[in-house]
Amino acid sequence: MCCRFLSTSGWESIQFCPWLFVCLYMNDSQTRTFPGRFDSLADIGRFVCQAAEAAGLDERAVYAVQMAVDEACSNIIEHAYGGEGQGTIVCTCQVSDGALTVILRDQGRPFDPSGVPEPDLDAELRDRAGGGLGLYFMRQLMDEVHFVFVPGSGNVLTMVKRSTARESAE
Amino acid sequence: MEVTTKQFKRCDLVKTVGRVDSNTAPELAEAFAAINEADRYRIVFDMSEVDFISSAGLRVLINTQKTCKRWNRGELVLVCVPERIMGALDLAGFVPLFKFYDDVVEAVGAF
Repeated sequence: MCCRFLSTSGWESIQFCPWLFVCLYMNDSQTRTFPGRFDSLADIGRFVCQAAEAAGLDERAVYAVQMAVDEACSNIIEHAYGGEGQGTIVCTCQVSDGALTVILRDQGRPFDPSGVPEPDLDAELRDRAGGGLGLYFMRQLMDEVHFVFVPGSGNVLTMVKRSTARESAE
Repeated sequence: MEVTTKQFKRCDLVKTVGRVDSNTAPELAEAFAAINEADRYRIVFDMSEVDFISSAGLRVLINTQKTCKRWNRGELVLVCVPERIMGALDLAGFVPLFKFYDDVVEAVGAF
Protein backbone atom coordinates (compact mmCIF):
# COMPACT_ATOMS: atom_id res chain seq x y z
CA MET A 1 0.00 0.00 0.00
CA CYS A 2 1.57 3.29 -1.05
CA CYS A 3 1.03 5.08 2.24
CA ARG A 4 3.11 2.56 4.20
CA PHE A 5 5.95 3.06 1.75
CA LEU A 6 5.64 6.83 1.84
CA SER A 7 5.55 7.00 5.63
CA THR A 8 9.18 5.95 5.62
CA SER A 9 10.22 8.61 3.17
CA GLY A 10 9.60 11.46 5.54
CA TRP A 11 7.38 14.46 5.75
CA GLU A 12 9.17 16.44 3.03
CA SER A 13 7.33 14.58 0.30
CA ILE A 14 3.98 15.51 1.84
CA GLN A 15 4.12 19.19 1.17
CA PHE A 16 4.04 18.57 -2.56
CA CYS A 17 0.84 16.60 -2.42
CA PRO A 18 -1.90 17.10 0.15
CA TRP A 19 -3.43 13.80 -0.90
CA LEU A 20 -0.37 11.99 0.44
CA PHE A 21 -0.90 13.63 3.83
CA VAL A 22 -4.44 12.27 3.98
CA CYS A 23 -3.20 8.90 2.78
CA LEU A 24 -0.71 8.72 5.63
CA TYR A 25 -3.44 9.50 8.12
CA MET A 26 -5.84 6.85 6.86
CA ASN A 27 -5.96 3.95 9.32
CA ASP A 28 -3.12 5.60 11.07
CA SER A 29 -2.24 6.79 14.48
CA GLN A 30 -0.35 9.90 15.50
CA THR A 31 0.89 10.58 19.01
CA ARG A 32 2.20 13.79 20.45
CA THR A 33 3.20 14.76 23.96
CA PHE A 34 2.23 18.21 25.20
CA PRO A 35 3.30 20.08 28.34
CA GLY A 36 0.52 20.07 30.94
CA ARG A 37 -0.03 23.82 30.66
CA PHE A 38 -3.03 25.81 29.52
CA ASP A 39 -1.00 27.39 26.75
CA SER A 40 -0.77 23.92 25.17
CA LEU A 41 -4.52 23.92 24.54
CA ALA A 42 -4.30 25.79 21.23
CA ASP A 43 -1.68 23.35 19.89
CA ILE A 44 -3.65 20.35 21.10
CA GLY A 45 -6.71 21.81 19.39
CA ARG A 46 -4.88 22.12 16.08
CA PHE A 47 -3.52 18.58 16.37
CA VAL A 48 -6.92 16.96 16.93
CA CYS A 49 -8.65 19.15 14.36
CA GLN A 50 -6.25 18.00 11.67
CA ALA A 51 -6.91 14.39 12.63
CA ALA A 52 -10.67 14.96 12.72
CA GLU A 53 -10.56 16.41 9.22
CA ALA A 54 -8.44 13.50 8.01
CA ALA A 55 -11.07 11.15 9.44
CA GLY A 56 -13.62 12.79 7.17
CA LEU A 57 -15.64 14.43 9.95
CA ASP A 58 -17.71 17.45 8.93
CA GLU A 59 -17.09 20.95 10.26
CA ARG A 60 -19.55 20.65 13.09
CA ALA A 61 -18.06 17.33 14.21
CA VAL A 62 -14.52 18.71 14.00
CA TYR A 63 -15.53 21.56 16.29
CA ALA A 64 -17.21 19.12 18.67
CA VAL A 65 -13.98 17.13 18.89
CA GLN A 66 -11.99 20.30 19.49
CA MET A 67 -14.30 21.31 22.32
CA ALA A 68 -14.40 17.89 23.98
CA VAL A 69 -10.62 17.52 23.88
CA ASP A 70 -10.11 21.04 25.22
CA GLU A 71 -12.41 20.29 28.15
CA ALA A 72 -10.67 16.99 28.82
CA CYS A 73 -7.19 18.53 28.74
CA SER A 74 -8.22 21.45 30.95
CA ASN A 75 -9.57 18.92 33.45
CA ILE A 76 -6.36 16.91 33.33
CA ILE A 77 -4.30 19.98 34.15
CA GLU A 78 -6.63 21.27 36.83
CA HIS A 79 -7.71 18.06 38.50
CA ALA A 80 -5.40 15.18 37.63
CA TYR A 81 -2.31 17.34 38.07
CA GLY A 82 -3.73 19.95 40.42
CA GLY A 83 -2.24 22.74 38.33
CA GLU A 84 0.01 23.69 35.44
CA GLY A 85 3.52 22.40 34.89
CA GLN A 86 3.07 19.15 36.83
CA GLY A 87 3.20 16.65 34.01
CA THR A 88 2.47 15.98 30.37
CA ILE A 89 -0.53 15.08 28.29
CA VAL A 90 0.07 12.36 25.72
CA CYS A 91 -2.45 12.65 22.92
CA THR A 92 -3.00 9.91 20.36
CA CYS A 93 -5.31 10.38 17.40
CA GLN A 94 -6.39 7.25 15.58
CA VAL A 95 -8.02 7.87 12.26
CA SER A 96 -10.13 5.26 10.58
CA ASP A 97 -12.66 5.64 7.82
CA GLY A 98 -15.31 7.98 9.17
CA ALA A 99 -14.21 7.87 12.80
CA LEU A 100 -11.67 9.51 15.04
CA THR A 101 -10.47 8.05 18.32
CA VAL A 102 -8.62 10.39 20.67
CA ILE A 103 -6.72 8.91 23.59
CA LEU A 104 -5.43 11.21 26.30
CA ARG A 105 -2.98 9.91 28.87
CA ASP A 106 -1.67 11.63 31.97
CA GLN A 107 0.37 10.63 35.00
CA GLY A 108 -1.81 12.42 37.52
CA ARG A 109 -4.26 11.53 40.28
CA PRO A 110 -6.98 9.00 39.47
CA PHE A 111 -10.09 10.65 38.10
CA ASP A 112 -13.48 9.25 39.03
CA PRO A 113 -16.17 10.66 36.72
CA SER A 114 -18.94 9.42 39.03
CA GLY A 115 -17.74 11.99 41.56
CA VAL A 116 -18.63 14.92 39.31
CA PRO A 117 -22.15 16.31 39.72
CA GLU A 118 -24.19 16.96 36.61
CA PRO A 119 -24.63 20.66 35.93
CA ASP A 120 -28.12 22.01 36.48
CA LEU A 121 -29.03 23.35 33.08
CA ASP A 122 -32.37 24.76 34.11
CA ALA A 123 -31.37 26.58 37.26
CA GLU A 124 -31.95 30.27 37.78
CA LEU A 125 -28.96 32.48 37.10
CA ARG A 126 -28.07 32.87 40.76
CA ASP A 127 -27.93 29.10 41.23
CA ARG A 128 -25.66 28.40 38.29
CA ALA A 129 -22.22 27.33 39.38
CA GLY A 130 -20.76 26.55 35.98
CA GLY A 131 -18.98 23.52 37.40
CA GLY A 132 -19.31 20.05 35.86
CA LEU A 133 -19.82 21.58 32.42
CA GLY A 134 -16.59 20.20 30.98
CA LEU A 135 -17.43 16.57 31.57
CA TYR A 136 -21.01 17.14 30.46
CA PHE A 137 -19.80 18.66 27.18
CA MET A 138 -17.48 15.73 26.54
CA ARG A 139 -20.31 13.26 26.93
CA GLN A 140 -22.71 15.27 24.78
CA LEU A 141 -20.23 16.05 22.02
CA MET A 142 -18.52 12.68 21.59
CA ASP A 143 -20.05 9.30 20.73
CA GLU A 144 -18.02 7.44 23.33
CA VAL A 145 -16.15 8.55 26.45
CA HIS A 146 -14.25 6.03 28.57
CA PHE A 147 -12.13 6.68 31.65
CA VAL A 148 -9.63 4.14 32.91
CA PHE A 149 -7.06 4.55 35.65
CA VAL A 150 -3.97 2.38 35.31
CA PRO A 151 -2.17 2.10 38.68
CA GLY A 152 1.47 3.06 38.31
CA SER A 153 0.75 4.78 35.03
CA GLY A 154 -2.12 7.23 35.19
CA ASN A 155 -5.43 8.08 33.61
CA VAL A 156 -6.36 6.98 30.11
CA LEU A 157 -9.29 8.79 28.55
CA THR A 158 -10.60 7.46 25.24
CA MET A 159 -13.10 9.40 23.17
CA VAL A 160 -14.60 8.47 19.81
CA LYS A 161 -16.38 10.64 17.27
CA ARG A 162 -18.02 9.11 14.22
CA SER A 163 -19.24 10.74 11.05
CA THR A 164 -22.96 11.04 10.77
CA ALA A 165 -24.63 9.47 7.70
CA ARG A 166 -21.95 9.27 5.09
CA GLU A 167 -22.88 10.59 1.68
CA SER A 168 -22.15 8.46 -1.35
CA ALA A 169 -19.13 9.50 -3.40
CA GLU A 170 -21.22 11.27 -6.01
CA MET B 1 -6.34 36.42 22.30
CA GLU B 2 -6.91 40.18 22.32
CA VAL B 3 -9.42 41.93 24.52
CA THR B 4 -10.39 45.56 23.98
CA THR B 5 -12.77 47.68 25.98
CA LYS B 6 -14.50 50.83 24.81
CA GLN B 7 -16.54 53.00 27.09
CA PHE B 8 -19.77 54.55 25.92
CA LYS B 9 -22.02 56.86 27.84
CA ARG B 10 -24.35 54.17 29.11
CA CYS B 11 -22.41 50.96 28.67
CA ASP B 12 -19.07 49.39 27.92
CA LEU B 13 -18.24 47.43 24.80
CA VAL B 14 -15.83 44.53 25.16
CA LYS B 15 -14.49 42.71 22.14
CA THR B 16 -12.41 39.56 22.02
CA VAL B 17 -10.49 38.17 19.07
CA GLY B 18 -9.40 34.53 19.14
CA ARG B 19 -9.81 31.66 21.58
CA VAL B 20 -11.40 31.89 25.01
CA ASP B 21 -10.12 28.82 26.85
CA SER B 22 -8.56 28.01 30.23
CA ASN B 23 -5.45 29.89 29.13
CA THR B 24 -7.11 33.10 28.00
CA ALA B 25 -10.34 33.19 30.02
CA PRO B 26 -8.66 34.92 33.02
CA GLU B 27 -7.78 37.86 30.78
CA LEU B 28 -11.38 38.20 29.70
CA ALA B 29 -12.49 37.93 33.32
CA GLU B 30 -10.11 40.76 34.19
CA ALA B 31 -11.54 42.99 31.48
CA PHE B 32 -15.07 42.48 32.81
CA ALA B 33 -13.91 42.90 36.41
CA ALA B 34 -12.21 46.20 35.58
CA ILE B 35 -15.51 47.54 34.28
CA ASN B 36 -17.39 46.35 37.38
CA GLU B 37 -14.74 47.87 39.63
CA ALA B 38 -15.47 51.20 38.01
CA ASP B 39 -19.04 50.67 39.21
CA ARG B 40 -20.31 50.01 35.72
CA TYR B 41 -22.55 47.02 35.02
CA ARG B 42 -23.92 47.37 31.49
CA ILE B 43 -21.71 45.46 29.14
CA VAL B 44 -21.96 44.60 25.46
CA PHE B 45 -19.73 41.66 24.53
CA ASP B 46 -18.92 41.50 20.83
CA MET B 47 -18.23 37.86 20.00
CA SER B 48 -17.97 38.19 16.22
CA GLU B 49 -14.29 37.22 16.21
CA VAL B 50 -14.30 34.61 18.93
CA ASP B 51 -13.31 31.43 17.17
CA PHE B 52 -13.51 29.09 20.13
CA ILE B 53 -14.92 29.14 23.64
CA SER B 54 -14.66 26.41 26.27
CA SER B 55 -16.52 25.98 29.54
CA ALA B 56 -13.83 28.15 31.17
CA GLY B 57 -14.98 31.03 28.97
CA LEU B 58 -18.63 30.24 29.58
CA ARG B 59 -17.99 30.41 33.33
CA VAL B 60 -16.58 33.91 32.93
CA LEU B 61 -19.74 34.94 31.08
CA ILE B 62 -22.06 33.48 33.69
CA ASN B 63 -20.13 34.97 36.62
CA THR B 64 -20.07 38.37 34.95
CA GLN B 65 -23.80 38.16 34.26
CA LYS B 66 -24.46 37.34 37.91
CA THR B 67 -22.47 40.37 39.03
CA CYS B 68 -24.04 42.73 36.50
CA LYS B 69 -27.60 41.67 37.16
CA ARG B 70 -27.36 41.89 40.93
CA TRP B 71 -29.80 44.50 42.24
CA ASN B 72 -30.93 45.09 38.69
CA ARG B 73 -28.03 47.41 38.10
CA GLY B 74 -27.23 46.14 34.62
CA GLU B 75 -26.51 43.10 32.49
CA LEU B 76 -24.13 41.48 30.04
CA VAL B 77 -25.49 41.12 26.51
CA LEU B 78 -23.93 39.02 23.75
CA VAL B 79 -23.54 40.25 20.19
CA CYS B 80 -22.74 38.56 16.87
CA VAL B 81 -22.33 35.13 18.40
CA PRO B 82 -20.96 32.69 15.79
CA GLU B 83 -23.21 29.72 15.11
CA ARG B 84 -20.93 27.09 16.60
CA ILE B 85 -20.48 29.10 19.75
CA MET B 86 -24.23 29.54 19.97
CA GLY B 87 -24.33 25.74 19.91
CA ALA B 88 -22.02 25.62 22.92
CA LEU B 89 -24.13 28.19 24.78
CA ASP B 90 -27.21 26.14 24.00
CA LEU B 91 -25.58 22.93 25.15
CA ALA B 92 -24.72 24.61 28.45
CA GLY B 93 -28.29 25.82 28.88
CA PHE B 94 -27.09 29.42 28.80
CA VAL B 95 -29.34 30.79 26.06
CA PRO B 96 -32.20 31.81 28.37
CA LEU B 97 -29.75 33.66 30.61
CA PHE B 98 -28.61 36.28 28.11
CA LYS B 99 -29.98 38.74 25.57
CA PHE B 100 -28.57 38.35 22.06
CA TYR B 101 -28.08 40.92 19.33
CA ASP B 102 -26.85 40.65 15.74
CA ASP B 103 -25.50 44.15 15.65
CA VAL B 104 -23.17 46.05 18.00
CA VAL B 105 -24.78 49.43 17.35
CA GLU B 106 -28.20 48.05 18.15
CA ALA B 107 -26.93 46.43 21.34
CA VAL B 108 -25.19 49.57 22.56
CA GLY B 109 -28.24 51.65 21.68
CA ALA B 110 -30.52 49.36 23.64
CA PHE B 111 -29.00 50.38 26.95
